[in-house]
Amino acid sequence: MNKTLKATPPVQLWEVFIRSRSGLAHKHVGSLHAEDAELALQAARNLFTRRGEGLSIWVVPSHLIVASDPSEKGMLFEPALSKAYRHPTFYNVPEEVGHM
Amino acid sequence: MVTNTISVSETPQVLYALRRADDALILGHRLSECCGHAPTLEEDMALANIGLDLIGQARALYALAALREPSLEDGRANTEDTYAYLRDVGQYRNLLLCELPNGDFGRIIMRQFLYSAFIDPYWRAMMKSSDAQLAAIAEKAEKETAYHLRYTSEWVIRLGDGTPKSHDRMQAALEFLWSYTGEMFDTDEAEAMLQAEGMIIDASAIHDGWRTTVQTILDRATLTLPQSAWMQKGGRSGRHSEHLGFLLAEMQQLPRSEPGAVW
Amino acid sequence: MYTQALNDLPTPHNLEDAEKMANFQTRIDSEDRIEANDWMPEAYRRTLVRQISQHAHSEIIGQLPEGAWITRAPSLRRKAALLAKVQDECGHGLYLYAAAETLNASREALMDQLMEGKAKYSSIFNYPTMTWADIGAIGWLVDGAAIMNQIPLCRCSYGPYARAMIRVCKEESFHQRQGFEIMMTLAKGSARQKAMAQDALNRWWWPSLMMFGPPDTDSQHSDQSTRWKIKRFSNDELRQKFVDATVPQAQFLGLTLPDPDLRQDEVTGNWMYGEIDWEEFKQVIAGNGPCNQDRLASRRKAHEEGAWVREAAAAYAARQASRHAA
Repeated sequence: MNKTLKATPPVQLWEVFIRSRSGLAHKHVGSLHAEDAELALQAARNLFTRRGEGLSIWVVPSHLIVASDPSEKGMLFEPALSKAYRHPTFYNVPEEVGHM
Repeated sequence: MVTNTISVSETPQVLYALRRADDALILGHRLSECCGHAPTLEEDMALANIGLDLIGQARALYALAALREPSLEDGRANTEDTYAYLRDVGQYRNLLLCELPNGDFGRIIMRQFLYSAFIDPYWRAMMKSSDAQLAAIAEKAEKETAYHLRYTSEWVIRLGDGTPKSHDRMQAALEFLWSYTGEMFDTDEAEAMLQAEGMIIDASAIHDGWRTTVQTILDRATLTLPQSAWMQKGGRSGRHSEHLGFLLAEMQQLPRSEPGAVW
Repeated sequence: MYTQALNDLPTPHNLEDAEKMANFQTRIDSEDRIEANDWMPEAYRRTLVRQISQHAHSEIIGQLPEGAWITRAPSLRRKAALLAKVQDECGHGLYLYAAAETLNASREALMDQLMEGKAKYSSIFNYPTMTWADIGAIGWLVDGAAIMNQIPLCRCSYGPYARAMIRVCKEESFHQRQGFEIMMTLAKGSARQKAMAQDALNRWWWPSLMMFGPPDTDSQHSDQSTRWKIKRFSNDELRQKFVDATVPQAQFLGLTLPDPDLRQDEVTGNWMYGEIDWEEFKQVIAGNGPCNQDRLASRRKAHEEGAWVREAAAAYAARQASRHAA
């Protein structure tokens, strides 16, 4: 019961993206462990497409993903919130002109 | 009549379907034994997927056998479950290769590789069967076995060319399994009749392609093809190893304990 | 529920973090989701790692009692369904370990803790599956109880956990139906089959109620978990919901729940159940259930026997990588 094991060495983590239907973009679905790309692809197929969810799979080593820093959220994203003129509803077009 | 064991009217067509169905069921059963016990969670998922594919193939083939079997004197017809659960060991028609105990992950992978390298081109060729139902079964099965071949090939390469220890285990698995591969290519009079009708292909025609596939993967895996030419046989005619009896005792215990019950 | 043993009070936080802590709580209160890289109180992280890993352990240990019947399933249809179900549990364990990994707890380290007997998992999986009817009872009761608990977890404040639970719940929807169908078939079958179903219900009913964890009066961690929106309903609320849903199902099956005190409250309509044996629960959690030793031994065996495979894959990958680099 209390036998101490040798620590199991960690295995490379991969992020999995799946295109579920023709015409859709690949979407992140989760992650898994694999020692190399081929095994990662197979594991992704075996884990995430058991119910016919997949048409195409991408796997990416997790450490290669570059992410924005959550503490910079204000600087990165808030300036865009005040630019209403980028949205079509900012502009008044008379009703009789119709859809534009 | 409620019965604890069945008789089967083994016309060539029925015998053929049962042989292929039994291969798939017994091998699928062996893989299902691994569920919860694989070396990693990812491989646990993988082995169960292959097992499910094979059990599905078995069910389609048993359904075909039931359809083709002349009805019994008392009007009863066999079903996938009577074939699976109410036949004795001598009535099973699977390859000896499929019933061998799992052993370690290496042997499980090697057995699946040797079988997939045969059955995938086999089903591909069977897609041209003159029998529309068999052709449909072959088409569905081939997509599955193509993946099994790819999956097991990748693992044979990694384990063969991994560490000295894994190399030795894979070579040992190959030596252990080798003499059970010949039976895959055997045919007999019953099958010759169906071949003549264009219903099935000659399994021995797959042999050279199989050997090339196996050699290619073993080379990449730094493994050596065994030289022994002696091949075991018997499964196709119901002469099995000691292992199948234990497998069936476990698998069939419940339905046989309560003849006629629905589960 | 799969994390019923959780008893982790947050440590008093550093004063410097007071402002961050307040902002964090504001985010939680406004139903914002916390993501992996966001700042979070250490106790929140620890609570989640503990809860998610216990949940993951429960899934992979949960493969074992049902897995014991895959090779004995009495029809090919049942065999395929059971194999698919037990495989799903492995997948769910995998999704959950991945969620824990977003909190910097590696799967390998978590599984090592499990195998060393240092981690908890749901008490329910330490009971044996004696007969085929146990597979029905587990699907019906254990998965039914799990669903009660897991649906609210889909709205858990921690994004990766909530998303894992959405996937789990979606996939699990067939599990309980599968179990109920087995029970129904047995209940309508021969006298021996019906007795088998009743016996399984007798043995699994009380352990299923224990799955929801200690009564609210004894559950120290609930308050903080509720404030952090990790937990949305109390143990007793979920347990009551489960009993109310299950009693009519048992009546439909014509089976008797093994509780002489069970009665319907005329005012609330709730089904009031008898005293739960919390001593048994404590013993099972402490490692003294009928199957605790078998379960861990089985996991350890798979792990140890798989070591050479994992080493080979790592060695092969390392060599391929260096060949590419060269």
